[in-house]
Amino acid sequence: MSLALQTFSTVKDANSALQASGTRYLGGGTLVVRAANEGDVSVSSLVRVTEPSLSQITISGGKARIGASVTMAAIARHPELGMIAPAARAVGGPAIRNMATVGGNLFAPAPYGDFAVALLALDASVATEDGEMPIETFLAGRDTGRAVVTAVGFSLPKAETFRFLKVSRVKPKGVSVLSIAALLQRTADGAVTAARIALGCMADRPIRAKAAEKALLGCKLTPEEIAPALAVAGEGITPVTDPIASAWYRAEVLPVHLGRLLLG
Amino acid sequence: MELRKSYFADVRKDGLNEIGQPRPRLDSPGHVTGKTAYFADRNFPGMLHLKMVRSPHHHARIRSIDTSEAEKHPGVVRVLTAKDVPHNVYTILILIQIGPEDETVLADGKVRWKGEAVVAVLAETERAAQEAAAKVKVDYEVLPAVFDMEEALKPGAPIVNEYHGQNYYLYDSGECRKVRFGDVEAGFAQADHILEQSYQSSPIEHAPTETTGCVVAPEGNDRFTCYTNTQAMFFTLDNASIILQMPGSKLHFVGGTVGGGFGGKVDVIVEPIAILAAKLTGRPVCFIYSREEEMQVSSPRAAEKVVIKDGVMKDGRIVARKVTGYTDAGAYSRHSPYGAQKGAAHYPGPYTIPNVWIDTYCVYTNRTPSSAMRGFGVTIGDFALEVQMDKLARLIGMDPLEFHFINAYRDGDMKAHRQPTEGAALIECMQEASRAANWPVAEKYMAISSYGKGE
Amino acid sequence: MAKVPVQFTLNGSEKAEFVESGTTLLHALRDKIGDTSPKGGCHQGTCGACSVIIDGELRLSCLTLAETCNGADIKTTAGLAEGGMLHPLQRAFLDAFATQCGFCTPGMIMAAKVLLDRMPNPSREDVVEALSGNVCRCTGYEPIIQAVLTAARANSQNAA
Repeated sequence: MSLALQTFSTVKDANSALQASGTRYLGGGTLVVRAANEGDVSVSSLVRVTEPSLSQITISGGKARIGASVTMAAIARHPELGMIAPAARAVGGPAIRNMATVGGNLFAPAPYGDFAVALLALDASVATEDGEMPIETFLAGRDTGRAVVTAVGFSLPKAETFRFLKVSRVKPKGVSVLSIAALLQRTADGAVTAARIALGCMADRPIRAKAAEKALLGCKLTPEEIAPALAVAGEGITPVTDPIASAWYRAEVLPVHLGRLLLG
Repeated sequence: MELRKSYFADVRKDGLNEIGQPRPRLDSPGHVTGKTAYFADRNFPGMLHLKMVRSPHHHARIRSIDTSEAEKHPGVVRVLTAKDVPHNVYTILILIQIGPEDETVLADGKVRWKGEAVVAVLAETERAAQEAAAKVKVDYEVLPAVFDMEEALKPGAPIVNEYHGQNYYLYDSGECRKVRFGDVEAGFAQADHILEQSYQSSPIEHAPTETTGCVVAPEGNDRFTCYTNTQAMFFTLDNASIILQMPGSKLHFVGGTVGGGFGGKVDVIVEPIAILAAKLTGRPVCFIYSREEEMQVSSPRAAEKVVIKDGVMKDGRIVARKVTGYTDAGAYSRHSPYGAQKGAAHYPGPYTIPNVWIDTYCVYTNRTPSSAMRGFGVTIGDFALEVQMDKLARLIGMDPLEFHFINAYRDGDMKAHRQPTEGAALIECMQEASRAANWPVAEKYMAISSYGKGE
Repeated sequence: MAKVPVQFTLNGSEKAEFVESGTTLLHALRDKIGDTSPKGGCHQGTCGACSVIIDGELRLSCLTLAETCNGADIKTTAGLAEGGMLHPLQRAFLDAFATQCGFCTPGMIMAAKVLLDRMPNPSREDVVEALSGNVCRCTGYEPIIQAVLTAARANSQNAA
C-alpha cells in the first residue's frame, strides 16, 4: 500500500474518512509526513480539509478563537496575539513555523508541543464537530480521538499575567529540554490569587504542576516565598528521556527554571 | 590574516605565491547555484530502493530468517540474505594486512550489535521496501551482552566476536600496543609527586548533513558504476572487489563530492551490498541511510577510557608517565585497531619525558562499531593529557603555561618511540599564545627556542 | 498506485507532472522535475537542506506533499541566478567562504532570501533567527552569517 492523500472541503466529510483504519489527519505535515518519511508504514492514508474557517483567527470580547490550521507564524505575527507570540515563536525554525499548525501542536509528542503547553496554562477549549472540551480533557484522550480539531479558544490574558519559557540547548532554535507556561493572577501588592502552570517534557504530553499552583497561592514572587512551590514542582511528573536530556536531568532542572520564570 | 615572519626565518622560504592569499574554492560556484552533483542527485529510470532489516538486539543468535512474506509484497523485486553475498565476512583494513576478517555484510547466524544489517529488501519504491522489511521474520535467541570495556576484558565476559576469540584485538605485540622507554618505576620512585587520574568519553556521531549512501547503475557489460559519498574511494573499491569477488576493473566508482564526512564515511558499508543488488537484479539501486540510521547505525567516534599516571618533580619536570588506554571498537574492528595504535603513539604528548610506559587496548563490546572521526585515537587522548597537565601544574603550585614550557619537546630530544624530535615549534606557539591570550610567563621562557636546549 | 496531477510554477516556468499520491515536494522536484538543488538531509524537518520558497514563504519540501502545491509559485536556489549573473546572496556566499561541503548551501540561501526580501537591512540577530532552522556541520555558521549581512549591504548600496 502506498500513501494516499484525500482532500475534503468540509470537516464533516473528513471526519467520516478518518474512521478508516490507517488514516491520519494531515495538518502542516510536520508530524505525519515526517512519520511516513521515517518508515512508519502504519499510516496508508492521509486526510486534509480545506474549509476556510480552519485558517481563521477571530478576536472579540477579550476572547481568541484560532482555527486548527492556523500556523505558528500566523500567530506570531498577529497584532492582537502578542502575549502568546513567544510560545508560537518557540516552535521550530522559520520554515517549520510556516507549516506547523495549532491543531497539530496539540498532538505533538514530547519533546515537541511547546505551544500546547501555553494553551494548557491558558485553560483553552478545544473544538471539534462534537462540541468543545477543556484542553486538559482533550490532551488526556488525544490518542483515541478520531475527530478533526477545528479550533482552540481562550480568554486573552493580560500581558503581565502570562509567562512562557522554553529551555533548549541550541540557541535560538532547539528542541525543548522543557517548557513552562504560567498564568498568574495577583493582587495589587503582588500576592498570587490564582495560578495555572503547565509543563512540557514532564510527561509524554503537556501536564499541569498542580502542587506548585496550590503552593503559590498567597505568595509574593520572591525567592523566599516561592521556595515551597519550587520544592513541589516535580510532584506527579514523569519526564521523557530522549537524545536532548534524560528524565533525571529534566526533573533536576525543572525547579530551577520554574524559579527563573516566576522571578523574571 | 597576519604572518609572523620572525619565527624560523632561516628555515622558511618567503617567495610563496599562494600561502597567505585568499583564493576562491573551486567547488563553491556549484554549491551556491545548487549544481554540485552529490551521489543522490543521480537518478536512473527503474531505480530500486534498498532498505535494511536490522537487529533489534545487542547480541543474539539467529535461529531462522523467513523472507517469504516480504518477497510476496507488491513492489518487491528481491530480498538478500547472507548466503547471497559471495565473500560475506570481511574487514576493511585487510587491505593493509590488518586482520582477521571479522564482520559480516549481512548477519550470518548471529548479530553482535543493535542495528546490525540482517536482510536487504529491494523494491520499486521506498515505501514498498519499508513495508516489506516490516514483514521479514527473524527468530532471535537473545544472548548476554557486554557494553563496558573493562567488563568485556574480564574473564568470563560474553565473547562478542568469535573471529577474534577474545574481547580485544590481538596485536603482534600481544593484547595491547605497547611503548616502553626508560624505567617508569624508577621514575615514579624518584618523583616528588605522583598523580593518577582516569578520563573517559562517550561515542560521538559525526552527523553529516548528507547521510551515507550510494547509487549503483549496471552498465550492461557486467560492469557497475557506483556513485558514492565515501571518503575512502579506493579503500571502498578494493573492499567491494573482495566482498563481491569481482575484479576491480568491473567496478567504476564516482565520488569525491561528500556532503559532510568528518571521518564518518570511511567505512565500507553501503557500496558492496548495493552493487550486489544491482548485479543480481540488473537494475539501478539506491541505498541511502535515513537520518535515524545515520545517527544510530553509522560508526561513531569510539568511546575511550584513558588512565594516566604521572610522576612530577617540584621544579616542574615530568619524570615518568604511565598510560593505559582503552578504545571501544564496538562489535567489529573497522578502523579501531588503528585508532588504538595511534593512541599509543600519541600519549607521551608533545613533552620530553625520560620514562614512559604505554599500553593501549582495542576492546570489543556489543555497542555500535566505532571508526574514524577527526583525529580519532588522538583527540580524546589530547583532552585527557591536557587536563592532566593542568592538574599536575596545580599539584606543584606552578603556572600551567610555565609548566608546559618546562616539559615541551624541542628539536633533538628523544621521543618515547625512539624517534628524535625535529621541526618542533611548540615553544614558539606557546610564546605567541602567551602574548595573544595576555597570559604572561617568566621572561626566561620567552627567550628559549625549539632549536635545542641551552641556546 | 494512484497517480495525481501536480501543476505549479517553478522558478518562473510552468511545470506539470503526475506523481504518486503522497509524494513529497522534495521527491517531485528532484526525481520528477530534475531540480536537485533542494537536498534531503533528514526528511524530518530538522536540517533545512530541503528549504524552498512557496508563495513567498520558506517551507520544507521534505514535509510538504507535492499535490498540496497545485497552483503555487515555487522558488529554489537553482533558479536564483539570472542570465548567468549570480544573485548577491550567491556572490556573498562565494566570497565569504560560506560553503564547505555545500550540502546545506541551497537551503541556507533560500532561508536568507526570504529574510532579505522581507527585511533588506537585517541585524545579526535577525540573520541568526532566519537561519535557525538550517543546519550546517562544516562552517560553524559564522561565515554564513557574514555572507548574508554582506549581501544585505550590497543590496542596499545598489538600491541607493
